[in-house]
Amino acid sequence: MSTQLPKQTEESSETETETEPAVASKGDDRRAEKRRRADEKRRQRQAEEAEKAAADEETVELKVFRYDPEVEGKQEPRFDTFHVPFTKGMTVLDALMYSRDTYDSSLTFRHSCRQAICGSDAMFVNGGQKLACKTQISDLDQPIRVEPLPHADVTKDLVVDLEHFYDQMEAVEPYFQTNDLPDGELEEQRQTRENREKVKMSTRCIWCSACMSSCNIAAGDNEYLGPAAINKAYRFAMDEREGEDIKQKRLEIIEQEHGVWRCQTQFSCTEVCPKDIPLTEHIQELKREAVKNNLKFW
Amino acid sequence: MSQSYNRGLIEDFSRWREFEAGMWAWIFHKFTGWVLIGYLFTHIAVLSTGIPAAGASEAALMAGEDVYTQTIVTLEGLLLVRILEVGLLAVAVFHMLNGTRLLLVDLGVGLEAQDKSFYASLILTGAITVASVPTFIAGAF
Ligand code: HEM
Ligand code: SF4
Ligand code: FES
Repeated sequence: MSTQLPKQTEESSETETETEPAVASKGDDRRAEKRRRADEKRRQRQAEEAEKAAADEETVELKVFRYDPEVEGKQEPRFDTFHVPFTKGMTVLDALMYSRDTYDSSLTFRHSCRQAICGSDAMFVNGGQKLACKTQISDLDQPIRVEPLPHADVTKDLVVDLEHFYDQMEAVEPYFQTNDLPDGELEEQRQTRENREKVKMSTRCIWCSACMSSCNIAAGDNEYLGPAAINKAYRFAMDEREGEDIKQKRLEIIEQEHGVWRCQTQFSCTEVCPKDIPLTEHIQELKREAVKNNLKFW
Repeated sequence: MSQSYNRGLIEDFSRWREFEAGMWAWIFHKFTGWVLIGYLFTHIAVLSTGIPAAGASEAALMAGEDVYTQTIVTLEGLLLVRILEVGLLAVAVFHMLNGTRLLLVDLGVGLEAQDKSFYASLILTGAITVASVPTFIAGAF
């Protein structure tokens, strides 16, 4: 549905511009009138919704962080309060979308799948890193404070710059590599069930950056690879199909100065990961792999 | 070397304060570790009074009039010192218990129970500390 909408508006504006040149002034008038009526309608709707929300007992109070360095009135960070009618099963993302669609169309946040799979809506909800679409309103104390992820530059409202996070992910070469390919050209690269089981949890990462944001060490050391990237490295280092050479290369990446040894086992990443990946466990296992790799008693 | 983010104007927003068990364990471990180091130096300073005391006469030593004995007696006579000793025990016990927990974590043992083992460390520290109070405070009043 959401993919259809923009197309429709594009089409209608196209037809408008087509008819325009013939009677310019008339078109201008019509558009101004249209805009005025739309404005009125929106204001009316907002008033109605606010009234409804005030009358309705089941409303959710949302305090949402607002900031936009490019708009003069929003350069000073502030919190806006939105009252949203509660519906059963409502998530924080639902409430934000309602606020945006009903009260303030300039409210900015990322979202796409709404089912905890695209990883675009990690936010700071009531003081913790949460995936907005996976967080039930009914589980939270009100008013609900929604803020952008800590330890990342804020672009606008709830949107943070994830470029650095992606750089760290890229740094561990997050893709399958191997030197021993199967013989036939179309032969499958098979993995044992046990080995698949071993890397299973680590493959679940949706690159949401919640773990990176929760990590005290990552906050103090910008070069630290961070839990998600190390987990990615784990996913491939533990994959037996990659072979010894590649594993060696992977261990070299994760045991450098800003790699696994920065981890102080605070378990924050493991607590916040919306996909329940045992991040600390994976980091600890890579530490032991790195030690075993470097210690030789024979 | 290391370098951290500063968001400038909005640095103080969305500050993370709601820590979970593992984070508290880390904070307490760091704190107790440094307190122990601090104590180590005062401990060395106090014990060092034994060096001049070793040169004291037999009689002075028997009478407990040497610097070392005097220092210890004076310190132990202060209520504040007695209370600090209870605190020191608490700090040391927690550091040992949580240190053992951290060593297990490093070995990858019982990571699912890391929060419970932290709470257990806290409770055990509390119990041992309370049990030690009579010993430390005896005769202080
Ligand atoms: C049975 C006794 C002890 C055990 C089991 C123990 C265990 C540990 C462990 C495992 C760590 C590393 C924490 C990490 O992985 O980040 C640590 C850190 C530390 N310990 Fe101990 N420790 C003990 C006694 C002491 C004593 C007696 C002192 C001081 C004289 C001390 C001072 C420290 C300090 C300063 C740190 C570093 C804290 C930091 O900045 O992170 N520890 N201890
Ligand atoms: S490891 Fe978990 S918290 Fe971190 S980016 Fe992946 S899904 Fe998000
Ligand atoms: S919208 Fe896709 S993960 Fe939340």
